[in-house]
Amino acid sequence: MILVLVEHEGGATTELTSQALAFGRSLAGDEPVDCVACIAPSQEIATDELGPGTLHLAEHDAYASLAPDAVAATVAGVVERTGARAVVAPGSDTGNDVLARVAARLDQPLASNCVAATAGEPARVTRTRWGGSLLEEAELDGAPLLLTVQPHAVAADVAGAPVAGVERFTPVLADADLAVRVADRVEAAGSGIALADANVVVSGGRGVGSTEGFAIIEELAGLLGAAVGCSRAVTMAGWRPHTDQVGQTGTKIAPELYIPCGISGATQHMAGCKGAKRILAIVDDAEAPILAGADYAVIGDLHEIVPAISAELRKARGS
Amino acid sequence: MSTVPRDARAVVIGCGIVGNSLAYHLAREGWRDLVLIDKGPLPNPGGSTGHASNFIFLVDHSKEMTQLTLESTRQYEELGVFTECGGIEVARTEERLEELRRRMASAKAWGVEPVSLVTPAEIKELVPYIDESILLGGFHTPGVGVVDSLRAGTLMREWAVESGALQVSANTEVTGIDVEGGRVRRVHTSRGTVEAETVVIACGVWSPVLARMAGAFVPLTPAVHQMIDVGPVPRFEQSSKAIEYPIVRDMDVFMYERQDGTSLEIGSYAHRTILHDPEEIPSIEEAASSPTELPFTQADFDPQMQDALDLMPEIVGDESVGVKYAINGLISLTPDGMPLLGETPEVKGLWSAAAVWVKEGPGVGKSLAEWMVHGESHIDLHSSDISRFHAHQQTRAHVRARTTEAFPKTYGIIHPAEQWASDRNLRLSPMHARHEALGAVFYEAAGWERPQWFESNAPLVEQYGVEAREAEWDARWWSPIVNAEHLAMRDNAGLFDLSAFAIFDVQGAGALDALQRSVLAQVDVAVGRVIYTPVLSPGGGFRSDLTIMRLAEDRFRVVTGGAHGMADRKLFSDNLPADGSASLVDVTTAWTTIGLWGPRARDILGSVTSDDVSHDGFPFAACRTLELGSQLVLASRISYVGDLGWELYVPIEQGARLWDVLWEAGQPHGLTACGIGVYGTTGRLEKCYRAYGAELESEYTVVEAGMARPTVKEQDFVGKDAHLRHRDEEPAALLCTLTIDDHTSASGVKRYPLGREPITLPDGSPLTDAKGRRSYATSAGAAPSVGKHVLMAYLPPEQAVVGERLAVEYMCERYPVTVEVVGATPLFDPENARIRAADPVPA
Amino acid sequence: MKILVCGKRVPMTGGRIVLTEDEQAIETRHLGFTISPHEECGVEEAVRLVEQHGGESVVLTLGPPEAEEQLRDQMALGVDRAIHLVTGGEEWDPQATAAAIVDAIRADEAASGPFDLVVFGNESADSGGYQVGIRVAHALGRPAVTGLKGVAVEDGRVRCEQEVAGGRDVYVVPLPAVVTVKEGLNLPRYPSVPGRMRAKQKPVAATTPDRPQARLRLVRLAVPAGQGKQAEVLGRGPEAAPAVVEVLRGIGVVA
Repeated sequence: MILVLVEHEGGATTELTSQALAFGRSLAGDEPVDCVACIAPSQEIATDELGPGTLHLAEHDAYASLAPDAVAATVAGVVERTGARAVVAPGSDTGNDVLARVAARLDQPLASNCVAATAGEPARVTRTRWGGSLLEEAELDGAPLLLTVQPHAVAADVAGAPVAGVERFTPVLADADLAVRVADRVEAAGSGIALADANVVVSGGRGVGSTEGFAIIEELAGLLGAAVGCSRAVTMAGWRPHTDQVGQTGTKIAPELYIPCGISGATQHMAGCKGAKRILAIVDDAEAPILAGADYAVIGDLHEIVPAISAELRKARGS
Repeated sequence: MSTVPRDARAVVIGCGIVGNSLAYHLAREGWRDLVLIDKGPLPNPGGSTGHASNFIFLVDHSKEMTQLTLESTRQYEELGVFTECGGIEVARTEERLEELRRRMASAKAWGVEPVSLVTPAEIKELVPYIDESILLGGFHTPGVGVVDSLRAGTLMREWAVESGALQVSANTEVTGIDVEGGRVRRVHTSRGTVEAETVVIACGVWSPVLARMAGAFVPLTPAVHQMIDVGPVPRFEQSSKAIEYPIVRDMDVFMYERQDGTSLEIGSYAHRTILHDPEEIPSIEEAASSPTELPFTQADFDPQMQDALDLMPEIVGDESVGVKYAINGLISLTPDGMPLLGETPEVKGLWSAAAVWVKEGPGVGKSLAEWMVHGESHIDLHSSDISRFHAHQQTRAHVRARTTEAFPKTYGIIHPAEQWASDRNLRLSPMHARHEALGAVFYEAAGWERPQWFESNAPLVEQYGVEAREAEWDARWWSPIVNAEHLAMRDNAGLFDLSAFAIFDVQGAGALDALQRSVLAQVDVAVGRVIYTPVLSPGGGFRSDLTIMRLAEDRFRVVTGGAHGMADRKLFSDNLPADGSASLVDVTTAWTTIGLWGPRARDILGSVTSDDVSHDGFPFAACRTLELGSQLVLASRISYVGDLGWELYVPIEQGARLWDVLWEAGQPHGLTACGIGVYGTTGRLEKCYRAYGAELESEYTVVEAGMARPTVKEQDFVGKDAHLRHRDEEPAALLCTLTIDDHTSASGVKRYPLGREPITLPDGSPLTDAKGRRSYATSAGAAPSVGKHVLMAYLPPEQAVVGERLAVEYMCERYPVTVEVVGATPLFDPENARIRAADPVPA
Repeated sequence: MKILVCGKRVPMTGGRIVLTEDEQAIETRHLGFTISPHEECGVEEAVRLVEQHGGESVVLTLGPPEAEEQLRDQMALGVDRAIHLVTGGEEWDPQATAAAIVDAIRADEAASGPFDLVVFGNESADSGGYQVGIRVAHALGRPAVTGLKGVAVEDGRVRCEQEVAGGRDVYVVPLPAVVTVKEGLNLPRYPSVPGRMRAKQKPVAATTPDRPQARLRLVRLAVPAGQGKQAEVLGRGPEAAPAVVEVLRGIGVVA
């Protein structure tokens, strides 16, 4: 049996969970695929697409405050009980966190951010490195195999069926499993469009030149209803806050359209914008690496081009 | 993807400061259909221009480099990208202070003003964040500044494009250069092929790779120069300009510090030599920053931090000032430290414009454009001529050995006669073992080991009462034995190893015409005659001087100095007729040359040959083959030391035998082995013989050098029109020989100038001729037979008067000199009685 | 306070990653090295916490002899001393890495008292395993909070802020604890020249741990396909603006 860890928001499974399910099913072959989910007593979860295996549904107060050790203990318990041959989790922050805790408890290896896996002795996995800029083929010894799935690397499986059954249980948790839990929530003060969720993102790089230089980037973003991003060079220079950074160590974005301006395309940056459906690069260097990942390009000085596009947009709007 | 044009008048490869500047100046000179390409993007394609520190110090001991720098500065100012901030070279040691005094002399000799020596307190006033307590003084040049070299390149490139002369293709990689029949034909690129018969490699550290595509050599190596940038500096935060304080060169620790906006840039040449292979430079995509900005190696910089901290504790010691940027920047180094300019000797039409730094860039662009369009440049570039290298000097091993040795001396104190330590003993004359046995002290010329003097002659010093030099600097790389050998030669005879001569046979039906076209003197002399002749540039300046023996109607032997030999070979090769009726064969390593001169020379030679060597039988300026036992020796009765005697040529494998035969025969006559110290300095100087590269440069005319002959040959030759014109003009300067009247310095130590010092009025005012050229000592050295230290110098006509009292400035002190000779009349033996000596030899 | 920061020597890559012939590693001939960006923020945080609360900061790495450069770099920023677990340059899997670090922590704590806080980067820049810090915490029986962009120590506890959609989740756990941090936690300082000079004198305790059998073994690296697509150039300079707006319309982001 292959066990898939389910993440949910407001009762619905997340997109990354669907991807993990698809990954788990392809790894399982003819084997059954079960799911494990942890909910607070007050929560419910949609089960119509988690089947056809069994859903192991843990209920505990602790889950309301995340409590990653509690989740890990629960998953480890299910593994022990069911003899699952592999556990697959979404490659989200919490997915990676929880499965690492499971791995530590079971003293088993964990392959994070996989894009492919083949069962066997040893199992073979393909996982990402450098935020997706490189692929690693690796051998993995593990019983069970512990894998997280690189976001947006596999298509979400929509062929799911309702679960065969739901095994509800209340796990027994040690005090230590409850030590780490959310004590408070601070709402974000920012009013802008969240980078990670934006439909369009306009970013500036080193080529923008200064804090003030971002005025033209913000103007264009305003006209497009877009979020403003930037490269690591910009945050390191102190021109923009780190929250604006698109990149391997910043925010990973997945907009319909990404417009990097004056960004050459270091691997660190490309790792953060791989999820963009389309990329339109404005860059002064016709050989910049970013063009290898872009769909459209305008070559030249962004200080001239960006205002011209803004002007053109205003004109179009006016007519 | 755009493609390169199908045809071009010239293709310039490389969009750094050099390529941009060259394209601009070629356009200004009227060339059209120019193509400029670079594999990188614009405006910064990723070469050394992009990370240059961009500051310009004006004074160099080399006239050529100083002139290129001054011309570059003029252009940067014209382009509006020059910011004057001043610069101070500071001294922590007495030895350096002396070197700065020498800098003062060079500044005056090359006309760089104002400059001054400043005290530690004055330095502190100019650079308030310096710790002046560790300094002894400084050399201040207010005209030092920083430039925006990328901007300058862009402006020049854009001008050429707008003028319609230039097409630019960036992001275009050269994949091949075709050569057919020894001439460049086309350039293959990632954007198509362009046909061109002139191609210039201006690719900085990549140049060797490009040259190899065409089978040519650009002997340079990429090397690391470390640079860090610290900031923000509180003192600089209020600066309104990018640079307000003078740049400081901390010469004794091989570092510099300069303001760059709110940062302080610290550069170092103090670390170990770190060389790279041109083939191994990363691509633009592979490189983390730029291909020529390599990862900083902290350990190499560690020792320098203390030095920077000592000098500028206020800034460098500030805990809030961080190291924001640090690179191992790649720069180009060459075996002799000079640029690589001109047409490659291997491939016609393929030019090099490499190993040029930002401070020379636009000057090189202009000069090279002049050279390409007119055949010569206003600034004499012979020290930078890429055709100067002998084959071994083009090898990777030689380049690496010499640059490894030279890098730590980037800010070093280099004596004018300083010898290389690395890669020696490559070219040994057949007499080398004999020389070693005689205690020869070897100096290198063109890779040859030449005895400069022989320690075994030390007893002659006492015999002739030669005085030692008191100042260590004056005596460094010198020995009183040189003067003693000289006097022994004048008394009896001297034997010289001249193996370093470069020798070419020009032969064939067209040989005479080819040589007539190449040189000033009449070449159509009788078989068995030797001529001495200057070789002129198109503008009538000096390009070389050498001797030619007519060995047969259609065969001539050209003999020239080793150092300039390869450039001369190219020069003569270029003048060969296209129809193949004449050819040039380099026989340098087939023949060795021994010089035998002095009043007893005829007696010695006569004792080992039955052939007639009497004055009538073997007159001056004759050459012919003698039998010396079983050796056939080509003898040529000329002399560069001004005495009776011969140059004797034998196949190189017989050189040792000839030496032995002459040596043995000479013993009863007092024959002395003499070094090049006599041949190249004392012997020639008291005879007022000129030397190429010292007195003879393309900036001076035959008339000015006092070498015009009564008539000019009918035949056409390079530079003839100009030469005829010069003969009709009043010369702006005249080459004079001066002697020093009093050597005593203020401290009572006798000082001996070594050459290149300014000649001034007695009050120290510089002398400038009507063409704007300063008077300076073109050569300096002892004239032992007249008991004086002599200088040669071009003087304006008002001062070129025998008996005129002037001064030479040496280490910031003036010494009185007197003009002894105006023109070419020898100081010693003005009648040339010795050299033309009939039998018997005058006593 | 006594704080340990763990960092990993990684190359500073450019626009294109080139692999070695045997596909076992990145070609680093032309590259400089650093520690992962998250870890740089961890070091900065440790230095600030010690500046604020007093105590000692220590930096640890498991890596080849050359990784001493990175240790000196961190000490130049104010870290007091370093622990170097010297390897032969081969890849260590996360389990082996964690085990070696646990041994080193236990040894150091036995000699000079417990670490109040052990700081890791959320994941390394190169292999991105997301687990070493958690494994170390588990082995030491200490709480671990991951992905932090805010760390504050007060009254024997550490307040941890994790960035999530719409705000920040706050965890408060008792010391000693393990945290993994993300870039954005702070803006790391640059080293001063005096800092660099002091770093040369600071102690580095080097040991050579045995490398256990890896259970996650690198077989080969590959550059993902799909790199190198050719962008459609809409134009050069501001004249391209109408073409851009046309494309924006086509995509549907402009009406």
